[in-house]
Amino acid sequence: MGKTIAEKIFDTHLVDAPFGGDVCVLRLDRVFCHEITTPTAIQDLVARGKDRVFDPDKIKAVIDHVTPAKDSKTAMQGKILREWARRHNIRDFFDIGDNGVCHAIFPEKGFVRPGFTIIMGDSHTCTHGAFGAFAAGVGTTDLEVGILKGVCTFKRPDTFRIEITGELQPGVYAKDIILEVIRQISVNGATNMVIEFAGPVVDQMNMDQRMTLSNMAVEAGATSGICQPDMTTVEYLWPFIKDEYDSPEAALEAYSEFCSDPDAVYARTKTIDVSGLEPLTTFGYKPDNVRPVAEMADTAVDQVYIGSCTNGRLEDLRVAAQVLKGQKIAGTVRGIVSPATPDIFSAALEEGLIKIFMDAGFCVTNPTCGACLGMSNGVLAEGEVAAATTNRNFNGRMGKGGMVHLMSPATAAATALNGCIANSELFTSREAI
Amino acid sequence: MKTFEGNILCLDRADINTDEIVPAKYLTEIDKKAMKPHLLEDLKMDGFDPDRDLEGVAVVVARENFGCGSSREHAPWALEVNGINVVIAPSFARIFRQNMFNCGMLAIELPETDIQALFDLCGGERPRLAVDVETGNITASAGGSTLDLAFQISEFDKTLVQTGGWVEYADKNY
Ligand code: SF4
Repeated sequence: MGKTIAEKIFDTHLVDAPFGGDVCVLRLDRVFCHEITTPTAIQDLVARGKDRVFDPDKIKAVIDHVTPAKDSKTAMQGKILREWARRHNIRDFFDIGDNGVCHAIFPEKGFVRPGFTIIMGDSHTCTHGAFGAFAAGVGTTDLEVGILKGVCTFKRPDTFRIEITGELQPGVYAKDIILEVIRQISVNGATNMVIEFAGPVVDQMNMDQRMTLSNMAVEAGATSGICQPDMTTVEYLWPFIKDEYDSPEAALEAYSEFCSDPDAVYARTKTIDVSGLEPLTTFGYKPDNVRPVAEMADTAVDQVYIGSCTNGRLEDLRVAAQVLKGQKIAGTVRGIVSPATPDIFSAALEEGLIKIFMDAGFCVTNPTCGACLGMSNGVLAEGEVAAATTNRNFNGRMGKGGMVHLMSPATAAATALNGCIANSELFTSREAI
Repeated sequence: MKTFEGNILCLDRADINTDEIVPAKYLTEIDKKAMKPHLLEDLKMDGFDPDRDLEGVAVVVARENFGCGSSREHAPWALEVNGINVVIAPSFARIFRQNMFNCGMLAIELPETDIQALFDLCGGERPRLAVDVETGNITASAGGSTLDLAFQISEFDKTLVQTGGWVEYADKNY
């Protein structure tokens, strides 16, 4: 019987199956850490007299959620993480000047490989599944044990294969596809499952787009959202793996060990034809409250936020800048853009994207999660409305009493120009940047 | 082992997320006890007032997909420091459920009909409930009525609850 990607990764990483049950203890290739959830794990390890790490080279850490620190408490979280990284010789630690949003910076540095097992105390860890890895968000105790012992427990996962077919219309992007997936299967449609994104549309996507898809798998309840490794994956990773393999073809050959078998057994399958898909946005407090942008066109917004681990990458900034070029955002709108990493920021600067944002009236912030989680850099006031390229529209997510409409960078840019939610096709200048 | 017995709070809503259980702005707290006054602070439900309704509660009963959203373990901690060590629902978000058992707490899944029976019972005076981890039984009572329900958790989850959680177990065994 054939196996899915997730089953293959589980089989190659299995350490124990306690009590013969369906819980698997897996060996971890990576433990990622950030300053919000890791300090509590560190403090608890210290309190238990177990202040150790299983392998400093497999642990990667970043200060990203609130950076630079905004008050004494966030400063203390950064301090605890920084001192711990130093004390345990964790060399890949990214602090002010080098830091960016975890799920953007870790792939960019080449820390993710097909077939890897990865945990982090962050629900959007599923993003790294875009590389054909099993990557899952965990709580503090799992993180703590991951740091200490390099293992984590998971139930043997069922896989939900979602095949994306058809041809995208102009103005429709990976973000619209994942919103459509969540609309169709609901916020718990994939609970305890791994989503495998497949089909011709996914095959044609670049890594930035695949990361947008995988990033929001958790919003449908999935443990991880996996895309199978192919030449696109290898080309992205090539600068980091060129000493390991003779050629990209040889790397692909090795990684194809982590592709699903043609006769793999799936718990659920679904095919979504995206040819007729319109730009989408959310309307309520749940990520499956999704509607066409056309039906939300009269909704006025106070703030537009372009950034986050979902849509703060270079491709996203290019798409948004294409819409904004040569135009000014509405006087009623506060525009904020946070390039997700310093490298993305530099590239955007070189390509002239930052100037387009600034000329349009956007505030450009340093790389950080910032406004996404309503802790800094653009918190909403009670009763305010935001259009955001992020992944969560929960009540209060970007500030108590604030409403968030999730959308693609193109739709967000058009919305900034218009003052009300708008389809980017109404604004896009067709000239190249 | 923690105690799994006391007054019930019924929350008649599905998809209660971890932002509602404890808002993100308290994630800067490093001490669990700091969560105490903020449990369910952002949960907007008709007739629910966290300042009034959490007094003396030891058990939460809710609808499906409880604990969805952010992976924050601050959610189980906020329950724990308020003396709530057990949540009962038809289903849980994966991370929340695992966090509960990792902390030696209980996230018990029951069929919809049993959950409905608990909600019906909670209409009565002073609903209370006790969980026997060893035998897998729940005894609930309110007014004059009682209700006996059976539940299942894996041997592994049971061991975590009985031995105080995943850190000790993992450090000993791996
Ligand atoms: S950008 Fe937002 S969703 Fe992504 S890791 Fe940061 S806070 Fe979480």
